[in-house]
Amino acid sequence: MKNILQREIPETLEGIGELEPFQGAFTKLRKGWMEEKKVPPPNKATMPHSSKMCSNLKEAIIRTKPRNGMTVSFHHHLRGGDNILVESIRILAELGIKDITLASSSLTSAHEPILPYIKNGTITQIYSSGIRGEIGKAVAQGVMPKPFVIHSHGGRVRSVHTGNIKIDLTVIAASAADVEGNSTGAHGPSAFGSMGYAVIDARYARQVVVVTDNIVDYPCVPQAVTQNFVDYVVKVDSIGDPSKIAGGTTRITKAPMDLQIARLAAQVIEHSGLLKEGFSFQVGAGGASLAVAKYIRKIMKNKDIKGSFLLGGVTSYGVDMLNEGLFKSIFDVQSFDAAVSSSLLTNPYHIEITAGLYANPFNCGCMTNKLDIVVLGALEIDTDFNVNVITGSEGYVRGASGGHSDTASGANLTVVVCPSFRGRIPIVKEKVHTIVTPGESIDVLVTERGICVNPNRPELKENLIKGGIAIKEIKDLAAEVEQITGKAKPIENGERIVGIVEYRDGTIIDVIRQVK
Amino acid sequence: MELKLKAQAGSFESSDVLIMVEPQPQGVGRKIELESIVMQQFGDDLLLQIHRDLDAYGIKDIRVIINDKGALPPTLSARLETALKRSAGLQTGTLI
Repeated sequence: MKNILQREIPETLEGIGELEPFQGAFTKLRKGWMEEKKVPPPNKATMPHSSKMCSNLKEAIIRTKPRNGMTVSFHHHLRGGDNILVESIRILAELGIKDITLASSSLTSAHEPILPYIKNGTITQIYSSGIRGEIGKAVAQGVMPKPFVIHSHGGRVRSVHTGNIKIDLTVIAASAADVEGNSTGAHGPSAFGSMGYAVIDARYARQVVVVTDNIVDYPCVPQAVTQNFVDYVVKVDSIGDPSKIAGGTTRITKAPMDLQIARLAAQVIEHSGLLKEGFSFQVGAGGASLAVAKYIRKIMKNKDIKGSFLLGGVTSYGVDMLNEGLFKSIFDVQSFDAAVSSSLLTNPYHIEITAGLYANPFNCGCMTNKLDIVVLGALEIDTDFNVNVITGSEGYVRGASGGHSDTASGANLTVVVCPSFRGRIPIVKEKVHTIVTPGESIDVLVTERGICVNPNRPELKENLIKGGIAIKEIKDLAAEVEQITGKAKPIENGERIVGIVEYRDGTIIDVIRQVK
Repeated sequence: MELKLKAQAGSFESSDVLIMVEPQPQGVGRKIELESIVMQQFGDDLLLQIHRDLDAYGIKDIRVIINDKGALPPTLSARLETALKRSAGLQTGTLI
């Protein structure tokens, strides 16, 4: 069967079950309730003054009684410095556990050492918001027997609530924890900031292990994860590479092309009619996307506009804007750099939120629904404004869905910034290889070669033209790009479906086929 | 155009192409060794363009080594033209 975006979706898929085709961003949500039942979180009991402490990670994992076919979950708040995911998988493999479903909130370059365990059948399925590098290449080539599932950050929470992801064991890395498992990422030698993605895992996993390199006196304050959900606590020497976990600030790009695109995007936002007192704002951490914040900051100062809140992945740049009084508060589900941690710890208006509050579509209102403006990147965008942020030009998985579709659906103004082509590879094109975010959620595309407004936003187009901004039809832009680069030969795919892309409501927006 | 020397033009930079040319005895034909980061998408186009350009210069016997980092078509033609002119002694520049 075909979904509403004309992508062929099978009715069932071995290793997944029945698939529901994507029917539009709000078709399922409009009802106000959902057909899927929520599964109950586990019921547990602990005796007073018993100890949760284990002498090492292996002992803790053995005590959780691992078994073949289990689902193990992790958060990716340690970014490129994480050592806990790899170490846990290594221990499980040593114990002879097979057929593991890996449910990490995302996978980064630090997780590449698990590749042998994917190839040897220790890990047979992956749920993640992103897959990159050698793992992304291998899974696209079809090394796993079961299809991987790409979900959004909000969609992951829904999947845990409904039992689509049924977590047997979660291993939660923390930069500070006490003996009962109250834990945080906001302080300690390996401070990494918000623990927003881990909270749902702690609530629903059959067994919860907290791992830290920094045991603090009871009770640990503040508490991202609380003791009433934690089974075991482990003190280790290191949770990863501190220079990559707790190092540095995110710098604004110096690449002239990215800066030019960002400058244009800021002009678009300025004249959109939405940059006004009390507006809320989110930008990605990548290249042109973060650079937009630099120009918006300038405009806000010049026009004396104060915003309401910053949302999402937070960089030190956002913290600077909070400290300057340009925004009243930050709601932080994930800290992109470690300089954010101290603000999270000390500033009462810098608030840690869970992925559920951030973006879960199936509750009484996530914060992405309150966004006025979001700026997002793209690997590809097509003439219907559909965006690919997951597969690269050769068909391998090399990106992340992240909060892309969550924020795009919620924001009043969704701006996509990207170059019109990279090297010789067209970015603006007739048809993207994989759809992650539907075009109906994208309002305006800003490239170095032209600005295009989604035809479903005529009033926005009018505002921009009034502001003196030249608008191009996206079909014309795509044709112009093709004239420059030539027509790329399509990716040669096999028939076998190796992965699926879930929309945030759990319907299937696209599939990923095996790369030959 | 009569080729006399080994010559090269271009670079290994992203969006550029490095081209080396070497004269061949008459009757040998064109030996083209092509490597590109966009081989899958544009490999056929690249070869076609090289042949078309060599046709335009009337070159039948040549060895061309191309290492492409995603250059656009005008860049490719310009780099090839320079390499050929250097080989023919019509332009100074990097010889091998």
